Amino acid sequence: MSQSYNRGLIEDYGRWKEFSAGMWAWIFHKFTGWMLIGYLFTHIAVLSTAIGAAQGETVEVFAEDLPNVEGTGLTEVDIYTATLGGLEGLFIVRLLEVGLLAVAVFHILNGLRLLMVDLGIGLEAQDKSFYASLILTGVITVASVPTFLRGVGF
Amino acid sequence: MAERYSSFAPGGTAWLLQRITAAFLVVVLAFHFFQLHFVNHAAEVTFLGTRARMENLGYFLVMVLFLIAGTFHGVNGVYNALVNQGLSGTPKKVVLAVLTIASVALIVQGIWVALAMAGMI
Repeated sequence: MSQSYNRGLIEDYGRWKEFSAGMWAWIFHKFTGWMLIGYLFTHIAVLSTAIGAAQGETVEVFAEDLPNVEGTGLTEVDIYTATLGGLEGLFIVRLLEVGLLAVAVFHILNGLRLLMVDLGIGLEAQDKSFYASLILTGVITVASVPTFLRGVGF
Repeated sequence: MAERYSSFAPGGTAWLLQRITAAFLVVVLAFHFFQLHFVNHAAEVTFLGTRARMENLGYFLVMVLFLIAGTFHGVNGVYNALVNQGLSGTPKKVVLAVLTIASVALIVQGIWVALAMAGMI
């Protein structure tokens, strides 16, 4: 028979000081999951401007304001390019993208850890693999900052 | 011995599908980030660039599968999180219905967007 541990209800967040590594992994996975599904709905909403662009909908923008539009002065561009360029020109959006990367990388790495746990592989090291997920997420996120903030700070 | 602790029905297909989509998403989400932030840069994305990528049938199909797998995995995850928090009875049924409608709407909208990007509509 498999061995199990009764650590009490994890949903009782008030006792977070007693949580073990695996319980933190569970909470972080849940939190990052909420962020990612929330982002997916937002992502499709923003990308929906492609429907207007495909139908020839355009707007006038100042080319200098948009990182994805060449030239100078008032320029007519499709609504998709204008929307994405407008967002990517904002420092806060680039910063949020770094946050999204961190969230996605942790969810991927901890997800791999969970698939291993489900397969019964490396159960005795599940706490160590959680710490490894955290450290690797930090390293990948920091290493990506120059690429993500290019043109708005780097 | 602690009680069985899972929000999934024993032997359910949702449990298996959550893991199958997870294995697919690990690969495709990593590819998606790499493709649109390191190979191409998000700040340089234009409609013409997007169209060029989406006109490739293999890429188009992977993106549509990515949308469907991501929506199922994410919304099923939210549902399970709520069940874990003690959701039951009629509210559980209402939440399931709302999440199902939201998922279908997201997938339909996403496929419409993909078709527009690829120049198919």
